[in-house]
Amino acid sequence: MPIDWIMGLIGGLMIGLGGAIYLLINGRIMGASGILGGLVDGSGKANGRERLAFVAGVFVVPTVIFLLTGPIDTHVTTNITVLIAAGLLVGVGTRLANGCTSGHGVCGISRFNLRGIVATVFYILAGGLTVVFFRHLLGVI
Amino acid sequence: MSRSFFAFLAGGIFGAGLLVSGMTDTAKVQGWLDIFGAWDPTLAFVMGGAILPMAIAWRLTIGRTPMLGGSFPAKPEIEFDRNLVLGSVLFGAGWGLSGLCPGPSIASLSYGGWPHILFFVAMVAGMIATPSLRRRLDTLVAER
Repeated sequence: MPIDWIMGLIGGLMIGLGGAIYLLINGRIMGASGILGGLVDGSGKANGRERLAFVAGVFVVPTVIFLLTGPIDTHVTTNITVLIAAGLLVGVGTRLANGCTSGHGVCGISRFNLRGIVATVFYILAGGLTVVFFRHLLGVI
Repeated sequence: MSRSFFAFLAGGIFGAGLLVSGMTDTAKVQGWLDIFGAWDPTLAFVMGGAILPMAIAWRLTIGRTPMLGGSFPAKPEIEFDRNLVLGSVLFGAGWGLSGLCPGPSIASLSYGGWPHILFFVAMVAGMIATPSLRRRLDTLVAER
């Protein structure tokens, strides 16, 4: 639906604006997996407060919007096995690859960084094949 | 202090953008990945919208330093390494299975209900396990 596309574009511009602030003011790449990962595995102790403040922002602002506007349906699966497997894959995969959709995708592609482009091609291909396999062939998602 | 303030601000705008764009709605993400279903192009608009201000920001880094001091991250050497590809494939599989990636997982923690909390806990566990997994993988490959 076109209204979703417009909201996607507006939200996308906000995502990019957040990344631009983090880069130009703090001098850092806005990658959600790297910022959170360094916080939980201890590798980012040197700038832990900055990481924690970023993660707090990502959590708090949508929470405030949710409290003001009411329930938001995320259409998420309730299959416990799928949720745990997916979470582990995303956690291990993004840390092994050193980046996710925000770091490799948004920040990498906008810099014409080949690593970001390669990563993005592979996670989109893997994601597409996974959806096709588990939705259309196995019917579990 | 100001570093934390601007980190919170950047994270807040990022989180709000994820919610507004529909990227915390797993159906929209899976709908974009599902080229054999009712394909949903929203994610392409989100990516395009996000890349535009970031591309301008990267241009603005030329000949400057970050406002709070230090230096901008150097562009990494072009190397087509195993961990980048293997990690991205694993990540993509988890992304496709759930429709969630790290940013939206954090953003939707308060309103996504127990499935989002369970996903987040598993993701953090995976992140904690990765440094030792990476070491084991590197020794395994080195021994061959």
